[in-house]
Amino acid sequence: MPEMIWHHTLQKIRDCGVQGFVYLAVLLVSAVFVWMLADLVRGGFAHLSWEFMTESPRDAGRAGGIASILVSTVLILLVALVTAVPLAWATAVLLTEFVPVTSPLGKTVRFSLFVLAGVPSIVFGLFGNAFFSIYLGLGFSILSGGLTLACMLLPILTSTAEAGLRAVPETYRLSAAALGITRTAALIHLIFPAAAPALAAGLLIGIGRALAETAALLFTSGYVDRMPGSLFDSGRALALHIFDLSMNVPGGDMPAYASALVLVSLLLCINILAMKLAYSLQRRKILT
Amino acid sequence: MHIDHLLAGILRAGAAVAALVMLLILFFLLYESWPVLTELSVFRFVTDTSWHPLERAYNLMPMLSGTLLASMGALMLAVPLGMASALFIVFFAPTHLATLYGRLIELLAGIPSVVFGFWGLTTLVPLINEWHPPGASLLAGILVLTLMILPMITLTAYTALAAVPEELFRNAAALGLSRWGMISGVALPAARTGITAGIILAAARALGETMAVLMVAGNVVQYPESIFDPIRTLAANIALEMAYAMGDHRAVLFVSGLLLMLLVMALSAVAGLLEKHHHA
Amino acid sequence: MFRKNSYLLICLILLSGVAAGLVLLSTAPASAATQRLVLTGSSTVAPLVSEIARRFESLYPGVRIDVQAGGSSRGINDVRKGVADIGMVSRALKPDEDDLRAFTIALDGISLIVHASNPVVSLSKQQVVSIFTGNVMRWSAVGGPDTRITVVNKAEGRSTLELFLDYFQLKNSMIKPHIIIGDNAQGIKTVAGNRNAIGYVSIGAAEYETRRGMPVRLLALDGAAASISNIQNGNFPLLRPLNLVISHEPQDLARQFLTFAQSPQVRDLVKAQYFVPVDAH
Repeated sequence: MPEMIWHHTLQKIRDCGVQGFVYLAVLLVSAVFVWMLADLVRGGFAHLSWEFMTESPRDAGRAGGIASILVSTVLILLVALVTAVPLAWATAVLLTEFVPVTSPLGKTVRFSLFVLAGVPSIVFGLFGNAFFSIYLGLGFSILSGGLTLACMLLPILTSTAEAGLRAVPETYRLSAAALGITRTAALIHLIFPAAAPALAAGLLIGIGRALAETAALLFTSGYVDRMPGSLFDSGRALALHIFDLSMNVPGGDMPAYASALVLVSLLLCINILAMKLAYSLQRRKILT
Repeated sequence: MHIDHLLAGILRAGAAVAALVMLLILFFLLYESWPVLTELSVFRFVTDTSWHPLERAYNLMPMLSGTLLASMGALMLAVPLGMASALFIVFFAPTHLATLYGRLIELLAGIPSVVFGFWGLTTLVPLINEWHPPGASLLAGILVLTLMILPMITLTAYTALAAVPEELFRNAAALGLSRWGMISGVALPAARTGITAGIILAAARALGETMAVLMVAGNVVQYPESIFDPIRTLAANIALEMAYAMGDHRAVLFVSGLLLMLLVMALSAVAGLLEKHHHA
Repeated sequence: MFRKNSYLLICLILLSGVAAGLVLLSTAPASAATQRLVLTGSSTVAPLVSEIARRFESLYPGVRIDVQAGGSSRGINDVRKGVADIGMVSRALKPDEDDLRAFTIALDGISLIVHASNPVVSLSKQQVVSIFTGNVMRWSAVGGPDTRITVVNKAEGRSTLELFLDYFQLKNSMIKPHIIIGDNAQGIKTVAGNRNAIGYVSIGAAEYETRRGMPVRLLALDGAAASISNIQNGNFPLLRPLNLVISHEPQDLARQFLTFAQSPQVRDLVKAQYFVPVDAH
């Protein structure tokens, strides 16, 4: 009997220990997160102003703002989305609506995208430099950077869209078929609208990824910090601007903090929006 | 029905392009590293005295060891913390706190690597420098990487734990298991494959991470003697030297990119197999 | 209800994207008419050339000059490959680079720098070699406080590194660095942030930053102070020309720019960057 009690207390102590560790870990993680955000806000908030958003950087970014950087970022993002979204969504529709899961084509495409999802971003940068910048002769340009990012976004855009399309109840397709509607029409009028929240969430996640990317752009879009005149000009993305200011510009910490604050706030908004969409679907799979 | 055929054709073309991207990347990495792979002996990447490309010495091993050490160090910290976070969300926290913490972790996952690097450079590196110079070190790299892969581990572990059937817990409760008994005896074994896959994917992410490590790790090519020594990872090396690399040097950088990609691909293949095995 | 909203959201994102793109492209200066010149290379030369380019652009409307830093080797590399029109190289050309032509636009030196709080003011050639090869590990050995020295070395492919090694008759594999840096500015930033660090950078860049309050100090080398006047009269031992290089006969625009960059019209810009104009001696 005393042995049982001893065993029981041991269990209690162990439970408490585990609970203590878990709480400690959670506190630690939250504290570091708050510490980091507080640092960014404290360092950057004073430097933020309307002028910071609307002026181009001067003196290597120490003075002036980030207007031209924002323009380049948006252009790179646009090039990436305009290229990747049609490809990714076409692939997703093909995989869900037109070929069976186990078909060779489906398997090949899915495997290739699965591998692509694991490729480190610096390797995308190497590839983009060799293929877009040098082989295709696009040089350091917004176009090379955007296209490189497009390759990177393909897997995430495809998998989110595929998950969204699969979540559309089979009855939609069956009733459309029963009514004699073409698959194309069913797709446009029934399935796409039904999957719209998932597609939107995927799109937002993709945008978030693209905005956060630095390594893939280092050798593709270059880092000229001026207002780009065309897609063939080099343009510096916001993430790259933070990198350059913090590494290569003495006295660049203040604008770097401010730029980081802008980027992080932007990403927080986008991710919260994406989360809202995904949660309303009650499908956590989309996020992971 | 004609339009359906047309659409199917267009979609196939799109999917083919998407699938070809992978091949194109592999092809160009091979194409660019070919001169070195054929002319230099592969053993030179192991046996050369050091990494001094301008003196034509191409030993990749110190950087490979740096990459592995940083990733393993980060895993050693991030796995316990990430698992604890996931357990907190599933078992320990009241519902609203669990949701709040879950969102926090998801937001943490969305923070760009360059911001982690910047924060590490301005906050962690000076702190470590006060303690044990020079500050930019393996330790700083490990800490920054930990922050980056922790959300990934937490989210995948959470998904795996949440998928454990409710009745298993009810049975465990009926047997009178303690909370830890239930977690260690029932929940973790049931969610094992999902958790492992998540950890492997996190390891792949750590291996390939560039910017954050580049900014805080000091970038000296060497075998570190302690965690306060600076290191250079393969990915950081590419980012650092690619801009001016020419000829063989450039080709060796592509070789290291290829190496990195194969490492990561092997890891994600293992993770993929695990998950497939689990679902089957 | 929710579906409609997200449909709208998708359309909104895509539409606003396209609209933004169109607006940006149409408001940008007429891109068809612009002539472009791309310069890449030495991070020492880049700030000066950026200033020269800005003045050149204001004199010749419709010209756009993009300047990207990345190291002298990259300048030479890019010019040979035709990726850049003009390369920036912060050293004299080597014998195996006689396919290129160099135009010197200014003179500069390389100086060792330490944190401003460091009491050491001068180092001999031998002391520098001992520090960088790891034979001397603490500042106390050269008259400083008893703290560990943090050696900051340049990444390969930088001409500052090559000239430094050349002058001290070292090989890069002999140096035992603690931090590797790329640009001059990164070196200055690293040393400014670390009381025990020693590095070496362009004198112009270091002078420029110290005047703006960066806590770094230039060390005298073998008794010669790292000053503009010592570069001018050739007394400082570690000197170098700052060059613009081209690979073949330049087209009109490049030639115009090269002439402009060597003309007295940019002397004030050269001086503002704490370099020495070529025609000054």
